Amino acid sequence: MTGFETVAGVPSATTATGNTTTSTVDGVGTSPLRPDGTLKVAGEFAFASDLWMDDMLWGVTLRSPHPHARITGIDLTQALKLPGVFAVLTHEDVPGEKHFGLEHQDQPVLAIDRVRYQGEPIALVAADHPETARRAAQRIKVDYEVLAPIVDAELALRPETPRLHEGGNLVRHVRVRTGEENPTADVVVSGAFEVGMQDQAFLGPEAGLAVPDGEGGIDLWVATQWLHVDQRQVCAALGLPPEQVRLRLSGVGGAFGGREDLSMHVHGCLLAQRTGKPVKMVYNREESFFGHVHRHPARMHYEYGADRSGKLAYARATIHLDGGAYASSTPAVVGNAGTMGLGPYDIPNIQIDCFGAYTNNPPCGAMRGFGSVQTAFAVEATMDLLAAELGLDPVELRARNGFREGSRAPTGQLIDAPAPVAELVEKLRALPLPDERPDAHDLRHLPGGVANTTHGEGVRRGVGYAVAYKNVAFSEGFDDFSTARVRVSIAGGQPVVTVHTAAAEVGQGLVTVEQQICRTELGIDRVVVAPQDTSVGSAGSSSASRQTYVTGGAVKAASESVRRLLLTSAATRLGRRRDDLQLAPGGVVLDGSGTVAITLADLLGDDHVEDTVEWRHRPTHPIDPETGQGDAHVQYAFAAHRAVVDVDVELGLVKVVELACVQDVGRAMHPQAVVGQIQGGSAQGLGLALMEEIQVVGGRITNPSFTDYLIPTILDVPPMPIEVLEYADPHAPYGLRGVGEAPTISSGPAVAAAVRAATGLPLSRVPIRPGDITGTG
Amino acid sequence: MRITLTVNGEQRQADDVWEGESLLHVLRERMGLPGSKNACEQGECGSCTIYLDGTTCCACLVAAGQAHGRDVVTVEGLSARGPATEGAGTARPVAGPVTGPVTGPVTGPPDAGEALHPVQQAFLDAGAVQCGFCTPGLLVATHDLLTRDPDPDDAEIREALSGNLCRCTGYEKILDAVRLAAGRMG
Repeated sequence: MTGFETVAGVPSATTATGNTTTSTVDGVGTSPLRPDGTLKVAGEFAFASDLWMDDMLWGVTLRSPHPHARITGIDLTQALKLPGVFAVLTHEDVPGEKHFGLEHQDQPVLAIDRVRYQGEPIALVAADHPETARRAAQRIKVDYEVLAPIVDAELALRPETPRLHEGGNLVRHVRVRTGEENPTADVVVSGAFEVGMQDQAFLGPEAGLAVPDGEGGIDLWVATQWLHVDQRQVCAALGLPPEQVRLRLSGVGGAFGGREDLSMHVHGCLLAQRTGKPVKMVYNREESFFGHVHRHPARMHYEYGADRSGKLAYARATIHLDGGAYASSTPAVVGNAGTMGLGPYDIPNIQIDCFGAYTNNPPCGAMRGFGSVQTAFAVEATMDLLAAELGLDPVELRARNGFREGSRAPTGQLIDAPAPVAELVEKLRALPLPDERPDAHDLRHLPGGVANTTHGEGVRRGVGYAVAYKNVAFSEGFDDFSTARVRVSIAGGQPVVTVHTAAAEVGQGLVTVEQQICRTELGIDRVVVAPQDTSVGSAGSSSASRQTYVTGGAVKAASESVRRLLLTSAATRLGRRRDDLQLAPGGVVLDGSGTVAITLADLLGDDHVEDTVEWRHRPTHPIDPETGQGDAHVQYAFAAHRAVVDVDVELGLVKVVELACVQDVGRAMHPQAVVGQIQGGSAQGLGLALMEEIQVVGGRITNPSFTDYLIPTILDVPPMPIEVLEYADPHAPYGLRGVGEAPTISSGPAVAAAVRAATGLPLSRVPIRPGDITGTG
Repeated sequence: MRITLTVNGEQRQADDVWEGESLLHVLRERMGLPGSKNACEQGECGSCTIYLDGTTCCACLVAAGQAHGRDVVTVEGLSARGPATEGAGTARPVAGPVTGPVTGPVTGPPDAGEALHPVQQAFLDAGAVQCGFCTPGLLVATHDLLTRDPDPDDAEIREALSGNLCRCTGYEKILDAVRLAAGRMG
């Protein structure tokens, strides 16, 4: 059984600001079916890799086999000779900017004279069959002068290490200092921790279809997280203005951060522009491992001091994040890890140094949890060390030190919304524990399962706790906004709302939430979600747990504006004051007595009312470069996990028995989807704790497949009881908090803590491998 | 080479098939049936699970030529509504120059939803669909499980679906969906 799922807490912020009633079928706070769901279960939803046009070509990418080399020559002759090949392109064929990047334009569209990671794109082929294109790519002759790769982030930062980029190998250093320089404490614990490189492993591979318009411009259908940041980079590389580069969202098979950077976007457009034909590019799974950034591996040293009562006195942390060959979003990941790398705990004296470095390892960037996942492993392990040293219950230590409203973050920022850390862990501790092995003779309940590895002799149970907090939306002064266009018109005699944004639906259910908000604000049941494209303003990225907050805020604001426009129009038509009228469910305008004054069908006829709103959350600010102080973040999300595991200590196998989570979501906009986000995020955290790691040896990925890169199956993920709290954030639309990332942050550390509890081993590195448990690794 | 086979009850033919093409490629790229998904193309993820002569398998692991003369059922063939008709929002190939979006607006569950197979409807109702890329394979695998065992317990469901990876849901709502479908069909 799944256990329980409850939504509890205090009443949320009120939903609307007058002139409407708020109860509508399938509005905010209910769980309507997702509008793309029927197509998805019918197998008819158009994912990017499903797109197809008559006469289209297939594009493939030739990539570097070396993590670090100089290119001394490229010979295309043999590739061009192959029948069926339409184009073979190199960096010389990039008409505009030859470098791109999210924050630093440091990554070549196609390698010029040097490759900095294995898998770096060098040349492109378009052909009439994918196999022809692959064979042609194999015929391209590239001469390399192989160089020694730099594969260690700490070594990369030493002055004697060769520079991979002009500005040196340091991408960013965040320094946070509060309180005393040399604090002391009654009890001091410390540890060194490591987190391996995790992959987003979205199931829908990178794909897109680029279609030339015959007039010099191009349309690109692509699976992405942020159409407009892609458009900016594609325009720069093609040397075209935005009007001529139209991006359209195709079906996205998961993202988790791995689609923030460009993949096939520019490449497909270059091939389409050159051949004058539509070009489809689809990565296979192996190429996907080379085709997107990964989660930064981390090496961390932590030291916490506390008084005898368990009150934290100080914390010191040094964090090294391996950014790989190009910057991607490393500066922002370093910002998060640096400013939030001590967990949601009140600590008066703080010293944090967080470094992001260039190496010749695979480029790392955004992945769900974004800098907080890595540090949470170190923080929570250190808290458990401290609890053990003090003889305190781990839950008690967290409850005593946890943030509450009014706490100060390490940046000095006041936490001016509920921060129920103590309640989260106390609720978890109060949950009933799962039964001791219900049926010891049923192998399916034992580590190793039906592989018959054990009959339970060496199996030990452990329980662990961990807490997460995560900044929601973009931080440090970024101009973070979303745009929504909302229209009300009449179709078939009934009012219908059309909501148009560029916000990427990546599976999270944003399209459902947009419909719910329109229904709640306008009282109209029928809501059409228009295809997402760049013909409307930017929505920002589907990342940082931000879309329900920011695009949701924009849809709410646009709906409110349209409501005012409708009421103004009705007031003019009826000769009444606007304030005496209100919009009611069913598409009617009521007067002060509650009588229908006019229906929207009569008011609008063949006309429509529309507004487009650009909406911003409250501003954030940069941090001070010396002290890390500043109001850097918009909002924090809080979650906590309790993991129960059975470990076969002789074989090193772990079975997670239960993974419970309590999370404060402010307002559960769509309770079913909220629970789905928490469970899905929890499973990804479990994966990092126990099995998921891109194995990089000498700069080379040795396991680029689902055979060797393991993501949790339905046998690996246990029942996940979820309790959802709704403590409204007074600054956010509907009081909501971003949901998606926090559970990915605390689940892994809770699992690791449970394995430590079961084995008594320090286990300072994740993923925990069997050999780490048996001592044979 | 030329391949002839039965797909979702219809006789289908594909010409000029290269010997190295998989059945998955032929279904997706030559027959306009992209419902079976290309997540790994190495038999690890289950997202291209189909029936081949009544037995489930990964279409990516079947050479197209091996399917000659055989009977294939894909996710598109599960529901009573039959193969999709072209229209807004479907994954039909786009013919000719693109004048409008490949994917139409999403308006909500269309009436055709009434004709979904109970397994499809249960996945939708239970919230077992997020990005949806694993969904077609899981639907076929669940259809197969419930055909063999109309009332599986949780351990049996987990064993039966352990060859299908999902990255979004953490599987809890997939378990809910299978239980829901079993209850409705039983």
